[in-house]
Amino acid sequence: MSAATQKRRWREHNILPGFGLSLGVLLTALTLIVLAPLAALVLRAASAGPAEIYAIATSPRTLAALRLSFGAAFIAALVNAVFGLLIAWVLVRYSFPGRRLIDAAVDLPFALPTAVAGIALAAVWAPNGSLGALAAGLGWKVAYTPLGVMIALVFVSLPFVVRSVQPVLQEASADVEEAAALLGASRLRTVFCVILPGIAPALLTGATLAFARAVGEYGSVIFIAGNVPMVSEIAPLLIVIKLEQFDYAGAAVVGMLMLLISLTLLLLVNALQAWSRRRLGYV
Amino acid sequence: MSEAPLQAQPAAHKSESRLVRFALIGLAFSFLALFLFLPLAAVFHEAFRRGLDVYLAGLTEPDALSAIRLTLLVAAIAVPVNVVVGIAAAWAIARYQFFGRNVLVSLVDLPFSVSPVIAGLVYVLMFGAQGYFGPWLRANDIEIMFALPGIVLATLFVTFPFVARELIPHMEAIGSMDEEAALTLGASPWRMFWTISLPNVKWSLLYGVLLCNARAMGEFGAVAVVSGRIRGLTATMPLHIEILYNEYNGAAAFAVASLLAGLALVTLAAKTFLEWRYADSIAASRHS
Amino acid sequence: MTQPVRLLSWSRLIDLAAFVAAMAFILFATLGAHAQQTLLNVSYDPTRELYRDINSAFAAHWKLKSGQSVTIRQSHGGSGAQARAVIDGISADVVTLALAGDIDAIAQRTPLLPKDWQARLPNNSAPYTSTIVFLVRKGNPKGVKDWGDLVKPGLAIITPNPKTSGGARWNYLAAWAWAKRAYGDESKVRAYIAGVLANVPVLDTGARGATTTFAQRGLGDVFLSWENEAFLALEEFGADKFEIVVPSLSILAEPPVAIIDGNVDKKGTRAVAQAYLEFLYTPAAQKIIAKRHYRPRFPQHADQADIALLPKLDLVTIDGEFGGWEKAQKEHFAEGGTFDQLYKPAR
Repeated sequence: MSAATQKRRWREHNILPGFGLSLGVLLTALTLIVLAPLAALVLRAASAGPAEIYAIATSPRTLAALRLSFGAAFIAALVNAVFGLLIAWVLVRYSFPGRRLIDAAVDLPFALPTAVAGIALAAVWAPNGSLGALAAGLGWKVAYTPLGVMIALVFVSLPFVVRSVQPVLQEASADVEEAAALLGASRLRTVFCVILPGIAPALLTGATLAFARAVGEYGSVIFIAGNVPMVSEIAPLLIVIKLEQFDYAGAAVVGMLMLLISLTLLLLVNALQAWSRRRLGYV
Repeated sequence: MSEAPLQAQPAAHKSESRLVRFALIGLAFSFLALFLFLPLAAVFHEAFRRGLDVYLAGLTEPDALSAIRLTLLVAAIAVPVNVVVGIAAAWAIARYQFFGRNVLVSLVDLPFSVSPVIAGLVYVLMFGAQGYFGPWLRANDIEIMFALPGIVLATLFVTFPFVARELIPHMEAIGSMDEEAALTLGASPWRMFWTISLPNVKWSLLYGVLLCNARAMGEFGAVAVVSGRIRGLTATMPLHIEILYNEYNGAAAFAVASLLAGLALVTLAAKTFLEWRYADSIAASRHS
Repeated sequence: MTQPVRLLSWSRLIDLAAFVAAMAFILFATLGAHAQQTLLNVSYDPTRELYRDINSAFAAHWKLKSGQSVTIRQSHGGSGAQARAVIDGISADVVTLALAGDIDAIAQRTPLLPKDWQARLPNNSAPYTSTIVFLVRKGNPKGVKDWGDLVKPGLAIITPNPKTSGGARWNYLAAWAWAKRAYGDESKVRAYIAGVLANVPVLDTGARGATTTFAQRGLGDVFLSWENEAFLALEEFGADKFEIVVPSLSILAEPPVAIIDGNVDKKGTRAVAQAYLEFLYTPAAQKIIAKRHYRPRFPQHADQADIALLPKLDLVTIDGEFGGWEKAQKEHFAEGGTFDQLYKPAR
C-alpha cells in the first residue's frame, strides 16, 4: 500500500466509491454504541469533583480491588506466556496424534460463554469438586480465594498467547536454527539465543492482550472468587456492588480508572505491534 | 510469505531429543486438560448426572424456552447490525487512506479492552431512570433499561469489533485491483460491491459472524448489569443459568449451560473448518 | 480468480441471512402476542420458592374472581440491589423486599411511591415475618450455641454483604442487639462485631449466594441465615448434613411489600397489583407462607405442623431497638457507617 500522503487533502484520492457512506455508517454506529456511552461514563465520573474522585480512587477497597484485578491478570498473563508458548511450540514443531484437536480446542475460551466457564470452574475447583478435593488434600484452597480468581483468568485469556506466537513460530525460518547448530551451539542455546528473541515481540503482544482481557473479566470470576472485599473482590465486581448501593459516582469513577488503564494498554499493544512490524516485518 | 509450514520431522541436530519432546507434549496436554477439558467435561457431566429426563425437563421448562428465545432474538439483531457496521468499517478503513484512520482502527478495537461490566454500566448511566436520558425516556414511554433494547445495546457494545476485525486485514490484503477493474468496465458501485468486494471476503465475513454470534449469545457481564433478571422476560441464557444456579437447580443450570457449551463446540468446529478451507487467503492477510 | 469447491456459495449465504431475518421477525411477532395481564414482582433472594407457590395460587384466585388470567414475573436478587433496579427504572408493579429501608430508598429517590407507603397495608405492610438463626454442620462440631460463640478464633462465618443483602443487615443488627445486652458498653459491642466480621471469609451479594457457598460448596462452620432459608437448606441438601441452632435472642425481621404506584398507573395494573398484595394476607396465602417456613401474621390459618417447626425465641424489633430503619441504615450501613468502620481492619 502506498504511504505517500498528500498534504493538501485529508484523504488520498481514490476512485473507489462509497467512502462517505461507509465512514458515515461506521462513525454513526461508533458514536451511538461506543463513544457516547463512554462519554457519559467520563461525564458522570467527572461530576463527582476532583476531591471525591481522589477519595474513591485511593480508598483501600478500590485499591485492593484494582490490585487484585491487575495483579491476578498479570500472573494469569505470565502463566499463559509460559504455557501458551509451550503449547504453540508443541503445536508448530511436533506432530503427534490429536494435534489438530488440540489446535482447535485452544480457542474454546473464546467460544465458551463466561458464565458457563464460571459455574464449570466452580464445580471443578470447589472443595467438593474433583480438582478442589485434590487441592484440599494438598492443603490448598482454590475456590473462593484469589487463587480461584487467577484460575478463572488463566482460562479466559488462554488463547491469546498461543494465537499470537503460533504464526510467528510457523514462519520463523529454519535456516537460522540450522546455522546456529552448525556453528556448534547446543540446542538449548539455540532456543534461548536464536528462537526466543525472534518471537519475543509476538509473545509480548499476546501476553498484553491476555492481560487486557483478564483485567476486565467478570462472568467467570464471580462464581469462583468468593467476592470478599479486600481479598477476592475484583474491580468489575466492585463496580457492580457500588452500582447496587446507589453509588453511581463511585461506580463511574472505578469504571473510568479501569478504562484509563485499559486504554493505556491498548496503546501499548498497538505501539508494540507497530514496532515489531517495523523491526521484523510481521506480527 | 505464505509457504506451508514444515510438517516433516526436523533433523535431529535441530530438534529436541525424544524424551524432551514427550515431556513437552505431555506438559502441554496436562495444562490443557486441567484448564480446558476438565471444566468442559464437568458441564456435560453435571448436566446429565441426574438422567436424561431431568436434563430435558430443564430445557423445556417455559422460562428456559423464553431464555433461549431471548438469546436467539438478541443475537438475531446484534449480529446483522454488526455485519453492516463491520463491512462499512472495513470498507472505509481498508480502502482509503485518510486523516485519523489509525485512531479509528483503535476506536473500533476499543470495546475489546473495556470490561463488560463497564459496557453495561455506561448504558445504566445513559438510560437508567437516574441517568442522563432517563426522565425523558420515561416521559415518552420508551423502555430501554431492563428490557430488550438495553440488552441488545449492551451486546452490540461488546461484539462491536468482531466482524470489522476479521474483514479489515483481509480486505487490505486483497487490494482494490478487482474493484477498480470492475468500475473501469462500467459496473455500478453497488454491482461492484455485491459481485466483487463482498464475495472476495465472504469467508472472513463468515468467520467474523461466527465469533460475533458466539459472544452475542454468551455475553454475561454487560447483560447482567442492564437486564434486571426478570425470569421468563429479560433473562438471557447465561443469566438464566445464574438464576437456576441460585435456586439450587444445578441440574437445570448445567442443562442450559450444556446447550451453550454445545454452541461453543459447534462454533469451534465451524471455525476450524473455515480456517482449513480458506487457510491460504487468511494466512496471506494476516502476515503480509 | 478460480473459486474453490463451492460448498457454501455466496447466494446460499444470502439465503441464510434471509432465513435468519425471517426467524427474527417470527420471534418478534410471537413476543408481541403476549397481551395479557402481567405483573412484575421484584423481590429479594430467598423468596424464590415462596412466590413460585404464591403466584400460581394467586393466578387461580384471580381467574375465579375476575375471569382474567394473570402472569406474574419474578426478579430476585439482594434486597438492596433489587431496590436499585427499581430506582433505575425496572418496571416493577410490586416490590416485596427484605426490609423497609430498601423500599424507603425507592420512595426517597423517586416519585414512584409515597413516603408513607408502609401505612397502606396492615401489619406495617409485612404479611409475614421471619428471623435470623444459625445453620451449622451436623453435630455442631464447633459447638456454636449463641451469638457469643461467633468470635471464637478460627471459626468461619458465612453471611452475605450487608451493603447489598437485606438478610445480612438483619444478621448484623441481631448480633448488635445481642451484644448490647451482653456487654452494654458501646466500645465492647464494636469490638464484638469487629471480631465476628473478622471471622467472615466470604461475603456474597445476596442471601442465596451465601447459602450456596455454605451448603453446596462446603465453606464455613456457621451460616447466619434467614430462618426460612435455613429450613430450605435442610430440605434441599438433606437434614443429615446440617442442623439449626436457635440463639438466645434474635431480631423480628419484617419483609414488607408495596405497590409501585408510578408503574402500575402507567401500565394500568393497579387493581390486580392491589389484589395480589392483599392476597398475601388471606388464609390461603398464609398457609403457603407457613409451608415455606416464614412466620405468618395469622398463624391460625396455617398448618399447625408448620407452625410447630418454628422455634420460640426472644425477638427484638427494629423500631424498639434501633429507632427504625432510616436511623439504622444511616448509622450502620451507609458509607462510613459502623459496618465500614468495623469491617475495614478485617483482612
